[in-house]
Amino acid sequence: MKKWNGKLMLLGAVGTLAMSVAAAEAAQLTVISWGGAYTKSQTEAYQKPWMAKTGNTIVSADYNGGLAEVKAQVESKNVTWDVVDVETSEAISGCNDGLFEKIDASKLPKGDNGASPMDDFVPGAITDCAISTIAYANVFGYDSTKFAGDKPTKVADFFDLKKFPGKRGLKKEAKVNLEMALMADGVAAADVYKVLATKEGVDRAFKKLETIKGSIVWWEAGAQPPQLLASGEVTMTTAYNGRLFTPAVTENKPFVIVWDGQQQVFDTWAIPKGSKNKDLALDFIAFSTGTKPLADQARYIPYGPARKSSAPLVGKFQDDKTDMAPHMPTNPANMGNAIVQDVKFWADHYDELNERFVSWIGK
Amino acid sequence: MKFLKLDFPPYATGLEIAWFFAFRAICIAIFVFLVAPILVIIPLSFNKESFFSFTSGMLALKPEAYSLKWYRDIFANGMLAPDAPLSLDWFKDSWMRSQWMIALKNSIFVGVSATAVATTLGTLASVGLSRPEMPYRGLITGILISPMIVPIVITAAGMFFFFSQIGLSQTYIGLVLAHALLGTPFVVITVTATLTSFDRSLMRAAANLGANPLTAFFKVQMPLILPGIISGGLFAFITSFDEVVVVLFLAEPDQRTIPRQMWSGLREQVSPTILAVATILILISLVLLMSLELTRRRMERLKMDAHS
Amino acid sequence: MHQTFDQKTLTRQLAAAERRNKVKAFLLVLPLLLFVLASFIVPIASLVWQGGYSDTFANALPETSKLLGAWDSRSPVSEDLVKSFVTELKASKLKDPAIPTRVATVVNREQSGSVSKFKQVMSASDLASPYKEKLSALSSEWDKPDIWRAMKIVAPSFTPRFYLQAVDLRLTAEGDIKPESDENAIHLLLFGRTLMVAALVTLFCALLGFPIAYLLAHAETKTSNMLLIIVLLPFWTSLLVRTTAWIALLQQNGVVNDFLVAIGLIDNDHRLVMMYNMFATLVAMTHVLLPFMILPMFSVMKTIKANLVRAALSLGATPWTAFWRVYFPQTIPGLGAGCLLVFILAIGYYITPALVGGQSGQLISNIIAFHMQKTLNWSLASAIATLLLIGVLLLYWLYNRLVGIDKMKLA
Repeated sequence: MKKWNGKLMLLGAVGTLAMSVAAAEAAQLTVISWGGAYTKSQTEAYQKPWMAKTGNTIVSADYNGGLAEVKAQVESKNVTWDVVDVETSEAISGCNDGLFEKIDASKLPKGDNGASPMDDFVPGAITDCAISTIAYANVFGYDSTKFAGDKPTKVADFFDLKKFPGKRGLKKEAKVNLEMALMADGVAAADVYKVLATKEGVDRAFKKLETIKGSIVWWEAGAQPPQLLASGEVTMTTAYNGRLFTPAVTENKPFVIVWDGQQQVFDTWAIPKGSKNKDLALDFIAFSTGTKPLADQARYIPYGPARKSSAPLVGKFQDDKTDMAPHMPTNPANMGNAIVQDVKFWADHYDELNERFVSWIGK
Repeated sequence: MKFLKLDFPPYATGLEIAWFFAFRAICIAIFVFLVAPILVIIPLSFNKESFFSFTSGMLALKPEAYSLKWYRDIFANGMLAPDAPLSLDWFKDSWMRSQWMIALKNSIFVGVSATAVATTLGTLASVGLSRPEMPYRGLITGILISPMIVPIVITAAGMFFFFSQIGLSQTYIGLVLAHALLGTPFVVITVTATLTSFDRSLMRAAANLGANPLTAFFKVQMPLILPGIISGGLFAFITSFDEVVVVLFLAEPDQRTIPRQMWSGLREQVSPTILAVATILILISLVLLMSLELTRRRMERLKMDAHS
Repeated sequence: MHQTFDQKTLTRQLAAAERRNKVKAFLLVLPLLLFVLASFIVPIASLVWQGGYSDTFANALPETSKLLGAWDSRSPVSEDLVKSFVTELKASKLKDPAIPTRVATVVNREQSGSVSKFKQVMSASDLASPYKEKLSALSSEWDKPDIWRAMKIVAPSFTPRFYLQAVDLRLTAEGDIKPESDENAIHLLLFGRTLMVAALVTLFCALLGFPIAYLLAHAETKTSNMLLIIVLLPFWTSLLVRTTAWIALLQQNGVVNDFLVAIGLIDNDHRLVMMYNMFATLVAMTHVLLPFMILPMFSVMKTIKANLVRAALSLGATPWTAFWRVYFPQTIPGLGAGCLLVFILAIGYYITPALVGGQSGQLISNIIAFHMQKTLNWSLASAIATLLLIGVLLLYWLYNRLVGIDKMKLA
């Protein structure tokens, strides 16, 4: 008798759990982003206000970029991601391959200053299948306690193992690294993509990377570079600028960003083709790319809003003490030697260059 | 052999005494190797900074270098209003929205369901396998235990391709079936081991007394092999609770289990919250193991009292 | 009432009864067997199949595939072939816009640079007869045989090229097998590294596990149970947790380095690099697999009677000789079982090398996952996985012969 009672209770418990698990599934959107401080800024500026406004739920998960997961879902006809934060080059190549739904930008809301969306978004922010939210910069940073005398100030210093000893952190991807190698090798910012389009240019970039290959620690997630600096595994590392800003300002870590050679990229929202919540996804995108939410996210991380009308609203960090303007990638003081990532180049050449890059790492 | 008995017999040579201490030193070193990583996690989970390193403040044992914020994050991460005052509504918000709470619910649901399936199928199979007349016993036992031996990446990859084609990918059913598969070898091993010491004549006696096979199983065999079933079920549950690779391939973001959430915490979020979760899990395991041991000791004492 | 004592009938009845019993026993096992078959054997069989089958190109460009099969891979390509290629490629986009890039990616794996060439063709809007000249105008690459040879290789649906690639060989357009170029030949290296790591980890586990098992077997029950809890606690702790702990211990600013600096063994500027490399993989895997070595050895050692060693000592053997020649041989079943188990488990390890191995500590399971999740080269992932599976099954069969699956004990 006791045994059966126990079994009934167990069944009841499982049933209740199942119901609460199922109940959480009503009217929800699955939003995928890059994790860490960046996802946090989006949660505060876009997701929470949208959830409060519409009463829907957002399930938030993280990934490390690239189109592989989206491709796998679309190919196996089992799309569970509704909105994905992708870089512009992936948005373009994914759109060409039918991986994303088309988005009609004219349906987006006007800017708070009355400007139409086509005028309000900066050039390059709107593509067929994706709407930009922010611009960030790929920079490199260092731990200032590790270098007693001279400090690194230019891209070439990243490759100088003698003057600045210690390991280097690099993202495990061809993008950004090849351009950085060329700039460190002396190519002018304006010529980088011209050189990279030739076979000799690519070989030159790999040759430069080979000089530090033994000292590289590869990272994949945006949240790893500050961890690597804090644990001492590396003395210098590339990173998304906002990820180094947050520990430096909120936890007083001695991380310094070098803006020389920064590479600017737009992050965008895109909807995988076949998503079961397309209309909800469009509503979320329209909301989160409004003037105020884009300006709000700059309260949490120094990324530039894609709308011109948001720029004047950008003020201080969430501690209400630090000014965000000096930390923005678009600040003129940081633009001394900067390039804007050539999205068409990468949309065309990413697959083959990355394949060569991955083989090169493996040896 | 007592661990720390120090009264040496008079004929013990110097070498023997030296080895006595050396052996114990080696054993202590190996135990430290086994346990140190587990112990290191616990203080790190109280780190005020969001890194996996001990800060100088922590090493100097300054109280302001420690914080409970990661424990709070377990409840708060994903909540709609984490800064609201602590109330029933706060807990409700956390229970429904917090990523770790959702992961906990998923882990328990998948774990219990998978264990139920694994225990039922595994026990049934073990009863059949332990019968002396079972044909091809070696081969079939080998097949049934193979999920435990085959590398998990292969199992996960195969299931991903196959389940995608039959529409079971990214579903709870697919996940439960996958975990049940990984748990059955443990049930089969423990229950067959218990059945080797089972007296077959008891079943014949039950049949003699008029019981049909089903009654004989439930009333005679099962109570006696229950320890094996429970132990196998426990292994199956732990396997499901700790499993991450299959979940990585087969689950959608809504179905994340605790290990999947930890994996995400290690790769994409790199947040010490997983250390707080880990500490809680370690304490639970410790409590479980200790209580098992204490129960065992009590039963032994009862047995001895009964006999004396 | 008397029975007829018919020998033949009785034999038949006995045989029938025995058969019924066999069927009954088999029926009990059937549900689990079917379950394992459906959710484990069949998926793995489909994996083996996928390693030899890839119809992306043939499905999208059927006519072109036929013509490529007839081409001798050396003479210049015919206008018919080029026309068929261009028309079918353009038509495939109408069926599903994802197809052209998928096809291009498949070809790109044989000939680097193909993706951009295919994209050029797709975006060119004025392609008409004569196609060969039009393609030459787009890029001189189309005049060379390389890209056509690559297409000839990927055209057949049934192909050994993935299994060949998994052992660092390449299929050429003529159908020969050549060794893979140096930059791409990593698979044999990884297989070798995995075997070496598994062997080292087994050795370390054996060396560390033997004293502990000995201690546990010879201590009195109360102590041995407490010590057993210490051994089992890591076993019950999540694998991810244990691996994270090693990150915290072995990193540059980690506990071990801090300790070594504090006692003066190393100075602050020359901390040991113990994380994100092979060392970390070895240490973390040894730690994780140690309980699997200790438990079988412990259960065997418990059954060894002490009187044999005592007899040896009383016959004049030194303690070392008594141990080595009397005690140790009796532990070999447990040692063998533990070693084989640890070796088999170590070969398939994925999580630990992924988290702490960096680049030099990656094992074969990691590259399978890499092809599954990042390059989406599912056929290559399946081929490598199948080879790994064959290796593991061989070892498993060996384990069954020497030790016996049914003798596996889980304390």
